[in-house]
Amino acid sequence: MYGWLWRHLPGPTPVRVVIALLLFVVVVAVLFLWVFPWVEPRLPFTDVTVDGSAAARVTEMLRSRDAWVAGLGWMT
Amino acid sequence: MNAARRTAGVVGELLITAGVIVLLFVGYQLVWTNVQADRAASAQSNALEKRWAERTPKDPEFDLPLKNGEAFALLRIPRLGDNYRVPIVEGVSLEALARGVGHYPKTALPGQIGNFSVAGHRATNGEPFAYLDQVDVGDDVFVETGTTWYTYEVIKEYIVEPTQVGVILPVPNEPGAVPRRRLMTLTTCNPRWDSYERLIFHAKLVDERPKSEGRPPTLGGGG
Repeated sequence: MYGWLWRHLPGPTPVRVVIALLLFVVVVAVLFLWVFPWVEPRLPFTDVTVDGSAAARVTEMLRSRDAWVAGLGWMT
Repeated sequence: MNAARRTAGVVGELLITAGVIVLLFVGYQLVWTNVQADRAASAQSNALEKRWAERTPKDPEFDLPLKNGEAFALLRIPRLGDNYRVPIVEGVSLEALARGVGHYPKTALPGQIGNFSVAGHRATNGEPFAYLDQVDVGDDVFVETGTTWYTYEVIKEYIVEPTQVGVILPVPNEPGAVPRRRLMTLTTCNPRWDSYERLIFHAKLVDERPKSEGRPPTLGGGG
């Protein structure tokens, strides 16, 4: 995949390195500016309020996760 | 054989890419959201102080109705540092909480009878309440508005389920009761890096003074 990308970049090696770095920076920027801000509210890490609905579901989810992890305990 | 090796190679590169993306997300949460939120909080605090500096004695204490995501008061908790100063913004959406501490809409305002309730991040997004667990019963919490310094004293600290909305009722955990006291409630997530509980502080109003009389003596100088 990356080998294919490298072979299709134009120019000599130094130019390719620069282009590859620029591509990486663009990808990181897209992740930080759009993808991660979209993902963040969908994950439970940043809940701080008390409320009736969403929080209850998250609590239930975390409980079942903890129960599942505890269930694996006998294996270690 | 060759095809299988190529496929394995691509799958390996995809897995490495996925790992890098997850690490980048960790960096985003732990560093980037704090950088962004600290900048937004400073902008809110400065804008609010500028507005206060320009107000005339006839202006109301708050610019009602409060605008979602905009600061209307400043919070100081000396236990969390001499320079600890966080804007209190209206609303508890993620956008609002990324600019400071959020005021639960429809709960009382600072100094009013009832329960002035705020929420703040314990981790990421500026994490104003990161070390809120170090606050003890008896500690002072100061709220500065356009006209007044309010001093609240912490009277209770406990942990509840996220669904226990009763903590921000006018009389905490007593639905329908008629409030007589002037309370303040602070909520944040517990434990710090998870979110299956909420850490709750109740405080009561112990002092209220016009800003023309200067800062409350128990607060001391500094920013």
